Amino acid sequence: MKKITIVDYGSGNVLSAQKSFIKIAKDNNIDVEVLISKKINDVKNSTHIVLPGQGAFSTCMNGLKKTDGLIDELSEFALIKKKPFLGICVGMQMLAKKSEENGDHEGLGWIDGQIKLLPGDNLKLPHMGWNLVIPTNSKYNNLISTKNDYYFVHSYYFECADKDNILAETKYGTNFTSIVGKENIYGVQFHPEKSSSQGLNLLKEFIGV
Amino acid sequence: MVKKRIIPCLDVKDGRVVKGINFLNLIDAGDPVEQAKHYSDNGADEICFLDISASLENRDTMINVVKKTANEVFIPLTVGGGISSIENIQALLKAGADKVSINSAAIKNPSIIKEASEYFGNQCIVVAVDAKKHNNDWFVYSHGGTKKTDLLALSWIEKAQELGAGEILLTSMDKDGTKSGFDNELLGKVSEFIKIPVIASGGVGTLDHFYDGVVKGKADALLAASVFHFNEISIKEVKEYLKDKNISIRD
Repeated sequence: MKKITIVDYGSGNVLSAQKSFIKIAKDNNIDVEVLISKKINDVKNSTHIVLPGQGAFSTCMNGLKKTDGLIDELSEFALIKKKPFLGICVGMQMLAKKSEENGDHEGLGWIDGQIKLLPGDNLKLPHMGWNLVIPTNSKYNNLISTKNDYYFVHSYYFECADKDNILAETKYGTNFTSIVGKENIYGVQFHPEKSSSQGLNLLKEFIGV
Repeated sequence: MVKKRIIPCLDVKDGRVVKGINFLNLIDAGDPVEQAKHYSDNGADEICFLDISASLENRDTMINVVKKTANEVFIPLTVGGGISSIENIQALLKAGADKVSINSAAIKNPSIIKEASEYFGNQCIVVAVDAKKHNNDWFVYSHGGTKKTDLLALSWIEKAQELGAGEILLTSMDKDGTKSGFDNELLGKVSEFIKIPVIASGGVGTLDHFYDGVVKGKADALLAASVFHFNEISIKEVKEYLKDKNISIRD
């Protein structure tokens, strides 16, 4: 049975992510356990981890640090055991080495790159709404195979240091990375749990259904 | 580029969808969860619930509606109506709402915008503004459009942006219920003046009103209630119409 843990550290609406996986399980007639938790043991026993994130980068990082040993256990899961890990929105951004949102802040540093403000003088921020996600990395497109619209809400973006980690791009003023990936670790800038059937499909791919 | 959003708004009273004109002669129009799902299946880009329950206990009913909606609907959900505290906001977000819209409470106590956006992130704080023109200026109204304030709409919206609002839901009281189109003069002024997205509301009656809201009003999103509820126009029709006219719309 798949055991999915959505890491709970006080970030906004995490219920929708849980409901998405429950819906996928129901539609595909499979057994999953989906927890919203920050318990070390739950992380340890998971087959898949989702790291959500809403609000400011530093608030999210501090939220993670508040639970003793949580970051260590997540690192063990993603970097040592190399099990499937998905960051969503700020959860994706936290995979980077650092962010310039409200001063410099360190991230988890699992994927080389930094978080920067979307450039453009006449650009409305946050970038809010449905926008096209175009896969750019053909050897590495497990999450989405064709371009489609997904729902975004963010003002900062992931600037990858290594182009191989860019799995998909989206245009808002400039082209920015909307999916990052490195081995078993994925990050999506948009909200699959809020992106209708194509979003659910992405989550389905992530858990390998 | 980011697509223009079409947002159906459902008036919810005591846990049921109600339909009426200007909140009068309300008739029961079904289950909000089913209706939200129906709109989502038909291409809505977001859903908005406006809670018009009169009592506090019945506001708790809204929490349950939101929870049930989260089981079925996988597009963004905004909930507004009577939100007055950080606790209200937290309860709604926890139940599965993505954004809350604050109106009268923000007018009474603007710091709630700052507190809420710092705590939950500005992406989930929508400030709803009801505006009406007097001579050459638009003034803000509170309490569901029943009380005029001394606030000028443009300065209030600028302040809301500074305090951390992530989006403005702008309703023209002059146009609301008239089916004569959005107030594109007001919308255009606001959209060009601020950096956060603007949702147009009030007055839509025909397909070309949606087009004008985007082109003349420069709105980022278009909200409508009655034309969708009374099946005068379907969301699909709006989207096809706008797409034909080269407006960027989600399929």
